[in-house]
Amino acid sequence: MSDQLKDNEPFIEDPSVRTTKLRRRAFVGQVLVGVIILFLWEFLTRLGWLDSYYWSSPSTIVRTGWKAITQGTLLQDLAYTSGSTILGFVSGTAAGYILGLSFWWSELYSRIFEPYMIAFNAIPKLALAPVLVIMFGIGFDSKVVLAFLMTIIVAAIAACSGVQSVDRDLEKMLVSLGAKRRHVFMKVVVPTTIPWIVSILKINISLALAGTIVGEFISSRQGIGRMILYAGQVLNIDLVWVGVVALSLLSIVMYLGTVWLEHVLMKGRAPKS
Amino acid sequence: MSELEIAGCSKYYKKNGEPMCALAETDLHVKNGRFVSIIGPSGCGKSTLFNIIAGLIRPSGGHVLLDGKDITQESGHVGYMLQKDLLLPWRSILDNVIIGLEIRGVSKKQARERALPMLKNYGLGGFEYDHPDALSGGMRQRAGLIRTLLYDKDVILLDEPFGALDAQTRMQMQNWLLDIWKDFKKTVLFVTHDIDEAIYLSDEIHVFTHRPGRIKATIEVDLPRPRSEKTLMNDRFLTLKKELLLMLREEQVSSN
Repeated sequence: MSDQLKDNEPFIEDPSVRTTKLRRRAFVGQVLVGVIILFLWEFLTRLGWLDSYYWSSPSTIVRTGWKAITQGTLLQDLAYTSGSTILGFVSGTAAGYILGLSFWWSELYSRIFEPYMIAFNAIPKLALAPVLVIMFGIGFDSKVVLAFLMTIIVAAIAACSGVQSVDRDLEKMLVSLGAKRRHVFMKVVVPTTIPWIVSILKINISLALAGTIVGEFISSRQGIGRMILYAGQVLNIDLVWVGVVALSLLSIVMYLGTVWLEHVLMKGRAPKS
Repeated sequence: MSELEIAGCSKYYKKNGEPMCALAETDLHVKNGRFVSIIGPSGCGKSTLFNIIAGLIRPSGGHVLLDGKDITQESGHVGYMLQKDLLLPWRSILDNVIIGLEIRGVSKKQARERALPMLKNYGLGGFEYDHPDALSGGMRQRAGLIRTLLYDKDVILLDEPFGALDAQTRMQMQNWLLDIWKDFKKTVLFVTHDIDEAIYLSDEIHVFTHRPGRIKATIEVDLPRPRSEKTLMNDRFLTLKKELLLMLREEQVSSN
């Protein structure tokens, strides 16, 4: 046993052993819980304890999904939905970030526009979806615009809070080193706000997805949202589940994407700065 | 070379509609290459004076002259360091100390090349690529001062740079600062409320009064250099200390 010590060897504690052990065990546990849930779902519906008409079952979902991929348009729909979500997310988050940062440049300007930002945040953007569909058509554009509107204000508010958290003394120090405002902006304000914007990436990706799907619900010729709506209308509940699973998978992939983005943006920083 | 002259600088703020004096009209002449300290009770306007010299705030009256040139309200003429180290937490120590050069337009690569030997020679070798939160308070203050030195101005303002350090580290840092001062021949203006520190480091000490701040007395420190821990036991050191203690006690009494 590696835990056992030889007689004259000192005990050197290695905390990393504990953490790797813990991580491995946690992973096994995570997989196990997932498998159990799937099994329960499958067998409870087979035994009739859960009504398979409403709950479908993992095996049916896989079968229906496979059919939707090979005979239907599931993959095209998935591409359509993820395309508008990602486009809306990136443009909305970037625009919101820039908007929030701009509040640093002028106090007067920031005081004038802050209440409007809060007011815009209060508007339930999804309720505007029918108008947007009329304005931008039933195609791709209206979904991107919805995702954009869902994300922009969250990013702007986060960037704005980041701007307010900038350490005045850091600004002072830079000015004493001869810095102009653009130097302070690039070297202090932007880096200070990065953790703030990073912290809302995950929220925004789900908001963008919600925006897109509502857009597809209202009116669309393609997309997972349209597929779910259609399947619901013809009471093909198995296909609804396929749509939900597809969206969940999409959501997970995009979540991992934001984790990667986070990693890139926070590179070179000490953890928990 | 560089001589700093503060001619009649003052600062008044409005508080509850009443003008309040933070710094009374002050004259101060700092000769080239001298180490000059300002000592006084807290809230005596020392930091106000520094902010005026550094060009960060506008004085109510008076001028700041550097080598005869009026630099009132102009920043970037003197090096300035505060009690907080103000290192950027997302930059390594090396990238922190070159920020002044970066602002001046020196390329990152060149700036790093210039900074590396400096970090090595002044006690930060091996920490160049660490982030500030991996360093002790003393080390961070070193980085802060090296950043100020790399900015390469002849006059350096130090506002209680060792105020937050423990006694032992502080002593170490004082000797380190004296080494640097000897090597770089800068003109230093130093704010502290520690009498020992003021005497140990300075050529000249100005005692400030309690609010409104103004210079009450000036003391020449005629202790030989180089100074070391032995200086602290010197009779002359003790005489100066007594003198300063009495003056500061008077200030405390009059402020109560």
